[in-house]
Amino acid sequence: MTFGVRGLTVRFGPQVALEDVTLEVPPGRVTAVVGGDGAGKTTLLRVLAGALAPTAGEVRRPGPERIGHLPASSGTYPDLTVRENLAFVAAAYGVPATAARERADELLSRTGLAGALDRLAGELSGGMRRKLGVVCAMLHRPELLVLDEPTTGIDPVSRADLWWLIARAAAEGAAVVLSTSYLDEAERAAWVLALDAGRTLAEGTAEDIVAAVPGAVCRAAERPSGDLARYAWRRGATWRVWLPEGVAPPAGPALELLRPDLADAVTVAALARELAHAGGDRR
Amino acid sequence: MWAMIVKEFRQLRRDHRTLAMMIFLPIVLLVVFGYAASFDVPKIPVNVYGRGAEELAAALRPPFEVREVDPDGWASEAETALRDGEVPVAFLATFEGPHVLIDGSELFTAKATQGALAELAQSVPGAPSTYPRMPSVEILFNEGLETSAIMVPGLAAMILLFVGTVITSLGVVRERQAGTLEQLAVMPLRPWDVFLGKVAPYFLVASVDMVVVVLAGVLLFDVPFRGQVAVLALGAVLFLFVTLGLGVLISSVSQNQGQAIQLALMALLPQVMLSGLIFPLSSMAAGVRWIGYVLPLTYFVRISRGVMLRGAPLGALWPSFAYLAVIGAVVFGLATLRFHRSLAPARTRGEREAVSAR
Repeated sequence: MTFGVRGLTVRFGPQVALEDVTLEVPPGRVTAVVGGDGAGKTTLLRVLAGALAPTAGEVRRPGPERIGHLPASSGTYPDLTVRENLAFVAAAYGVPATAARERADELLSRTGLAGALDRLAGELSGGMRRKLGVVCAMLHRPELLVLDEPTTGIDPVSRADLWWLIARAAAEGAAVVLSTSYLDEAERAAWVLALDAGRTLAEGTAEDIVAAVPGAVCRAAERPSGDLARYAWRRGATWRVWLPEGVAPPAGPALELLRPDLADAVTVAALARELAHAGGDRR
Repeated sequence: MWAMIVKEFRQLRRDHRTLAMMIFLPIVLLVVFGYAASFDVPKIPVNVYGRGAEELAAALRPPFEVREVDPDGWASEAETALRDGEVPVAFLATFEGPHVLIDGSELFTAKATQGALAELAQSVPGAPSTYPRMPSVEILFNEGLETSAIMVPGLAAMILLFVGTVITSLGVVRERQAGTLEQLAVMPLRPWDVFLGKVAPYFLVASVDMVVVVLAGVLLFDVPFRGQVAVLALGAVLFLFVTLGLGVLISSVSQNQGQAIQLALMALLPQVMLSGLIFPLSSMAAGVRWIGYVLPLTYFVRISRGVMLRGAPLGALWPSFAYLAVIGAVVFGLATLRFHRSLAPARTRGEREAVSAR
């Protein structure tokens, strides 16, 4: 069964957190929700997990016993040990003790937490606690796995381990939806939803989103001057410049045409929307 | 330094509860200590029994206030009236002169009675010839007028209030702060299970605390336990429902442990001051006394002292039980609703949501 939201709107008082967002989360697929701070990623995931009621729209999700959720906080008890946290989650989801132990052993060894079983969760590093949160969310083999920024604050090696677990959960049939601020990471997902200020900015496979970039993306050593400055953003030590369709490359600093990646594509989509709004305002 | 001062004021301005506490706490303390903090007992309700009861009742002057005159009643009726908490003092009109029974569990009233009787004895000789002698006095239930005897039952009540309200409110708000309350909301646990699971440990801890305090009072301080354990236990359970409900209610409107502590103290302080635990209710100004009559601790203090010291039966204490049952149902019910709402937002507010569950 495909889970997801259709026409989802969430308001907190006068503030619109999500507006008319639709997302399908089918089994066996990893779906990534990306966007900047305040884009609405956490709100969307909270609605999907059942922690927040929508203002309008439809939500399709399994019963709570078949959902695994890692909230924006770690979702674990700091004053319980790793073992005790896992025991509580197993009991809450009705996982038999032996099965829970075997599953926990497998997940903990993969995440490097096996040696920390008797440490208080509050004494773990931020990254280790995050990993424990992911393990807790996956312990009962949920049909819908909702992970809010699972890899934030985690070192690259552990990120790879977590992605292995996430991919395996999907391979075993779980519908996985996760949010991330790392766009390079989102490229690993089979489906990407980019949000901006609570609205859908782009959606599809990472390749689709990249292919849909209108115009061209170039690299420049310096920030271009004039009108083109509006289409430029810093990326690492250099600048990216978007040349919308019909805009000719200017004279001046050399622009090196490049194949955009997902990060470029999402930035271009945001710029394009901004320009469209500005154009609409002028009209 | 100026930057710090400005920052503190800005933060304070946004912290409405602390601001309210800074304004209202002095007012509350002023009212409490101005109108309630008094050990003086201006009025002493009495019943008068025996053949010469009417004559004796007519001879009594303030602070004694005659509630009932029963020429056919005698010592057993007087003792029952005291045990059931109807009046703290009973006069028996005997041929040898008045015999006074005093309820020692009402410590300050008992002491005020002794003082008033001394004055009465001085004034009576010149009056009717019926009472030529000093009244004979008998103190019941707390013969030595020991402070510990009235404090231990009160302390038991206070411990239930403290654990029930303060500790419970912290326990629940800790979940909210750690972000685990939301996690509980999406787990396949019924809100009622979470609520009971959350409250039951505090219920047990408070019960154990109470047993320890009562045992220590009886064994170490020779506080009598004249009534039935079951009656006190029933009162404790009802009172715990009120205090645990209050704790959960406080936590449901608090975002962090600091706010919970502030609110819990605001709930605790008036109860300790105005319940009759320390200052006798009869000493308080009428307006403040009525606040005391609303507070649940007032009734559990009556129950614990009544059962332990006077051996009062359930039948005599039923108004206190009834009040605790009613207020317990209201507070606990409200707490359950609030807790349910914070635990299941998607299920209570999502009318337009179509959740598929196979």
